[in-house]
Amino acid sequence: MADVNRGNRPLSPHLQIYRPQVTSVTSIFARITGVALLGAAVLVVWWFLAAASGPEYFNFVNGLMTSWFGDLVMFAALWAVCYHFLSGLRHLYWDAGRGFEIDIANKMAWGVIFGSVILAVLVALVL
Amino acid sequence: MKFLTDRKRAVHRGASNTGTEVFWGQAISAVGLAVLVPLFVFTFGSALGGTYEEVIAYYQRPFPAIIAGMALTVAMIHFRHGIQVVIADYTRGLAKKSLIIICTCIAYATAATGLFSLARIAL
Repeated sequence: MADVNRGNRPLSPHLQIYRPQVTSVTSIFARITGVALLGAAVLVVWWFLAAASGPEYFNFVNGLMTSWFGDLVMFAALWAVCYHFLSGLRHLYWDAGRGFEIDIANKMAWGVIFGSVILAVLVALVL
Repeated sequence: MKFLTDRKRAVHRGASNTGTEVFWGQAISAVGLAVLVPLFVFTFGSALGGTYEEVIAYYQRPFPAIIAGMALTVAMIHFRHGIQVVIADYTRGLAKKSLIIICTCIAYATAATGLFSLARIAL
């Protein structure tokens, strides 16, 4: 704190010089899915707004969201939710000060990757 | 000229200038969403694909509507905190401040639009 270097701190995370590991890549994807899920939230809100606006507009928006492309987007959103959910649980576990051993962290990372795909497919099959 | 001592400047704050407030808000909303999101996915998922009348009837029921309202509100608070961390990681100065303000507006506008729609469906 000797020099007050405010607003000019180094930016993270220096991806160019950082060797990717399964833990860091899954963490980056937690961030990407989190940002992308705003798009999903906006789509869902658009659908609710359409339902509130009357049958004609609802049928238009609902038609888009239940078309093959809409189904594809919704499944991608579902996977992103599953991924962000499992990865978020992992971060909460880390916040509690546990799970930092390298083998456990690696296992959790692979668990997030495969778990998210399995969970998304299961939920899609149930619904 | 420095009026604050180094220690005074550091206490309760850190790089964000707000201490661990965002981190803690993020953790609270994350735990809330861990419960709300599965409930929302299953209620919304079973409503999606229905006709207009079916969807309106479904979301006029209290449980699906309250779950949708809460999931959306908490999700947008979670997004507001999360995106602030993302923005602070990659930008600085005026760009950082502007982006945080814009994303905060987007988060609350999305939540408000969703809540308005749910209220209108319910009434």
